[in-house]
Amino acid sequence: MNLTLRVWRQPGPSVPGRLERYEAADISPDMSFLEMLDVVNEQLAVAGQEPIAFDHDCREGICGMCSLMINGVAHGPMKGTATCQLHMRSFTDGDEILIEPFRAGAFPVLRDLCVDRTALDRVIQAGGFISARTGAAPDGNATPVAKVDADRAMDAAACIGCGACVAACPNGSASLFTAAKVSHLGLLPQGQPERLRRVLRMVDQMDQEGFGGCTLYGECMEACPKEISIDFITRMNGDYLRASLSAGEPRT
Amino acid sequence: MTLLRFYRSTIGKKLIMAVSGIIGIIFLILHMVGNLQIFVGPDRINDYARFLHGPAAEVVLAQRVVLVVALVLHVWMAWQLTRINRAARPQAYTRREPQVTTLASRTLRWGGVFLLVFIVLHILHFTTLDLDPTFVELDVFGNALKAFDSVWMVGFYTVAMLLLGFHLFHGIWSSGRTLGVSPPSRAPLQRRIALGLALIIAIGFAAVPLAVWFGVVP
Amino acid sequence: MSIELNARIPEGPIERKWERAKFEMKLVNPANKRKHSVIVVGSGLAGASAAATMSELGYRVKCFCFQDSPRRAHSIAAQGGINAAKNYQNDGDSVFRLFYDTVKGGDFRAREANVYRLAEISVQIIDQAVAQGVPFAREYGGLLDNRSFGGAQVSRTFYARGQTGQQLLLGAYQALEKEINAGGVTMFPRTEMLDLVVVDGRARGIITRNLVTGAVESHAADAVVLASGGYGNVFFLSTNAKGSNCTAIWRAHKRGAAFANPCYTQIHPTCIPVSGDHQSKLTLMSESLRNDGRVWVPKQKGDQRPPNQIPVEERDYYLERRYPSFGNLVPRDVASRNAKEQCDSGHGVGPGGYGVYLDFRDAISRLGEARIRERYGNLFEMYQRITDEDPYHVPMRIYPAVHYTMGGLWVDYNLMSTIPGLHVIGEANFSDHGANRLGASALMQGLADGYFVIPLTIGNYLAQGGLTPVTEEHPAFAVARAGVEARTARLLATRGSRTVDSFHRELGQLMWNKCGMARTAEGLREALDEIPRLREQYWRDVNVPGSGDSLNQSLEKAGRVADHFELAELMCRDALHREESCGGHFRVEHQTPDGEALRDDEAFAYVAAWEHRGDDAEPVLHREPLAFEQVHLTQRSYK
Repeated sequence: MNLTLRVWRQPGPSVPGRLERYEAADISPDMSFLEMLDVVNEQLAVAGQEPIAFDHDCREGICGMCSLMINGVAHGPMKGTATCQLHMRSFTDGDEILIEPFRAGAFPVLRDLCVDRTALDRVIQAGGFISARTGAAPDGNATPVAKVDADRAMDAAACIGCGACVAACPNGSASLFTAAKVSHLGLLPQGQPERLRRVLRMVDQMDQEGFGGCTLYGECMEACPKEISIDFITRMNGDYLRASLSAGEPRT
Repeated sequence: MTLLRFYRSTIGKKLIMAVSGIIGIIFLILHMVGNLQIFVGPDRINDYARFLHGPAAEVVLAQRVVLVVALVLHVWMAWQLTRINRAARPQAYTRREPQVTTLASRTLRWGGVFLLVFIVLHILHFTTLDLDPTFVELDVFGNALKAFDSVWMVGFYTVAMLLLGFHLFHGIWSSGRTLGVSPPSRAPLQRRIALGLALIIAIGFAAVPLAVWFGVVP
Repeated sequence: MSIELNARIPEGPIERKWERAKFEMKLVNPANKRKHSVIVVGSGLAGASAAATMSELGYRVKCFCFQDSPRRAHSIAAQGGINAAKNYQNDGDSVFRLFYDTVKGGDFRAREANVYRLAEISVQIIDQAVAQGVPFAREYGGLLDNRSFGGAQVSRTFYARGQTGQQLLLGAYQALEKEINAGGVTMFPRTEMLDLVVVDGRARGIITRNLVTGAVESHAADAVVLASGGYGNVFFLSTNAKGSNCTAIWRAHKRGAAFANPCYTQIHPTCIPVSGDHQSKLTLMSESLRNDGRVWVPKQKGDQRPPNQIPVEERDYYLERRYPSFGNLVPRDVASRNAKEQCDSGHGVGPGGYGVYLDFRDAISRLGEARIRERYGNLFEMYQRITDEDPYHVPMRIYPAVHYTMGGLWVDYNLMSTIPGLHVIGEANFSDHGANRLGASALMQGLADGYFVIPLTIGNYLAQGGLTPVTEEHPAFAVARAGVEARTARLLATRGSRTVDSFHRELGQLMWNKCGMARTAEGLREALDEIPRLREQYWRDVNVPGSGDSLNQSLEKAGRVADHFELAELMCRDALHREESCGGHFRVEHQTPDGEALRDDEAFAYVAAWEHRGDDAEPVLHREPLAFEQVHLTQRSYK
């Protein structure tokens, strides 16, 4: 199949960018979206032009490095699928495809379609962990965890940190990302000692990074390649309220 | 310190919006029950007005204070959050295709501004009686008949109630989530209770102008 | 400088060696730890756990990764699980059994003492991960669940759905982020190590390139830990992430670290077959699928019927037929080689005949679709997304793919390479898996090295003293940096006619054909002839667009592929010299009458450690003999 691409090109972080048009010829429906871009890039390189920079790594939907707004939808048209697992059979011959980077103030563009998502790392640094020093752990079976809790924690922990929730949110909010980690750790008995402190710190950091607030549009859940539920945002909000009302927690 | 931190966070602001919104909803339900007495007859609703202004005057005053504070907070937080949210995406997408955003959530902000204007006009209209010099104090029934004699007024009130319905639909549903009390759901975007309540309130209010217009008030 | 291989295996009975080593180690006073700095290259299971733990102990750590966040490291893609000798299932497991299985699974080419320590530590890893909040699968009683995995007859594998690697990595990543927040670790994402700096014979720093700004920078430290993963991407098509590369270990090798057993590559049996020339990588599906799926091919060659129309009596369930006791659960190397044999003999299915069926029909009729969905739902979805076929109704097609490299930089018992101060952990070293790695053991090794071994052994190294103060101003850094800059400039200046990927594909195809699942002396000699020619053409005709002072993904790839060429040659050389078959290294000339790998323990029970003697000189082979005191050398049998 033959496609027309309109791709955001931007040489660097502080240089303005614009959309450029490229033709992608002889694309096989079995190609992944990124393989289609590989083909275009090979052609550009041979023609002496600079290939389109885009982030990717594992190409099996788990590392969270790939991104892209495809025709206005984060990770493209297929639900529950990261861009690297999107295949060209989701498009039809002659389609025009608009490709933009994930846009948010907290995700500055580095080049073309690559953005800087280290803001998400800093949200984790603020409290997205259980302080369990290596070597200090009791036996793995010392604390039973109800299967239902372990399963829900796993649902939240499935987050791959790609930032599609931010990209899709009309407010540029990282609430789903933050809520997923708050809930993953907050659902487990091991996570209880730091539960309230964690949610306060992570939410503060999320705000400081310049992400927007949550209006519960639900776009994040729709865009999430792991289909993480906005139920976790509810949970985070409840924890945040509890943490704010409880006086005894350390608040540094 | 704790309060300041709470107030500064986006979740804190949302919580303030949720609580002030719920206060508004409780008021709306009471207000609506009061209004619907118009269908019993002129004496009933005018008696009710006299009761509110006589024996219950202090309660009404307290309620007005609470409501004004809630409204101010609600609008103020909405203003701040809107600014934060706008700033979070300085460069807009060339194209963004919303997947599940409802009309209700999309009209939340502009609908809210419209409702604010409506509230001011409505108070000038029925409470301070400044808009229409022919209104008679405590004759609610008569005033309603005069007010909704005009197709423009009926239209304005009906549109406002439609937007109120949208506003409440998203607001009721999301306030439960903002407060963290909604139970986990297999389909978390389903919102029957919010839809039911929003419909009841919107129809309950719109019923009065429409009924007056169509002449079904006793 | 000549290399001396001293494995530094502690004295005493095997079950006391690690304890003894820990006791005999020199310790760094807690107040002095702050004065020592350590560089960690890579942020996967091994790197992140090492950086976090060393920081907890008080060392000042700098951690580097080429991805935009340490959480992206390819450990994240491991699906199946992690082994540990907990014996929670009461099915007769023990530290000794895990040790035994690993040595045997590695086809008797691993160092016993290291493997025993790995089995011992496995137990602590689970405890540590649980404490960090890794959401392992649980039984209804709230206790940890286990499953069995290829190559083992006990259920000792802990798992978190099909995302065990992700969850363990996130645990280590979160510990790392905690230490970054505490100030003990400075993180350098989107930064690639391009050279090792050796001062007075010790590893004292690295040269890096900032992948966003292009800046070439020097970083000095008291010790360097490489945790940069494996080199499977030499084959272009592999299950590795696109960015996975050998540059860090290859640069260290060229600076004097011996490279051990480069030819030991693992070909994973359950990958999704190639669909066309555009293929950029291969996708693995957890081999846990083999617990319930049955592998078969049509008995009739070139049978074109749809699989569901082939009656049972015309199907060859060849693994069950040949290996009645292990059946579909034979180790990876055996399963892969058998699939290749079936395809080579014309029984393969799917495009080009490169595939065999993995059929869940019987499991679905026995357990019901719901149970199968519960166990493998995400894998089935992934398969369907990629192939557009529904594995609940049509058997999956699978084919082997390069997955893991058992070879790597040679390390002693303390995980130190032949360059003092340079430590190597995780897949980047050669230590624990011999010639074949068992399923669910990679996660175990990465975390054992990172959480429990290197934090102690690094102290032993630092406490021995003799470290002169070295800063980035030392002339050795300027020399190394100039070398890196010259190489980058040369790649950019060539402006030839072929893209980096086109060379990489060609190299990969050559390696797959000549140094893949089945190797012959003739093929390896041809490869050794062709690779230098291709490499020479690469440096003459490669086209790297763009500049060096900004984000340039072509340039990143170009540097990595240049190193892949050199390593590929060493792999072939090693494969040619090893005149035996063992584990993942199968030499067609050396097989039993029924086609199994035939080892030569008399001649080859050693680790082959290669020394780099310059770009124009032949590498020199050093041998570390392997002594098997606990496990008797036998021919592996899974019949």
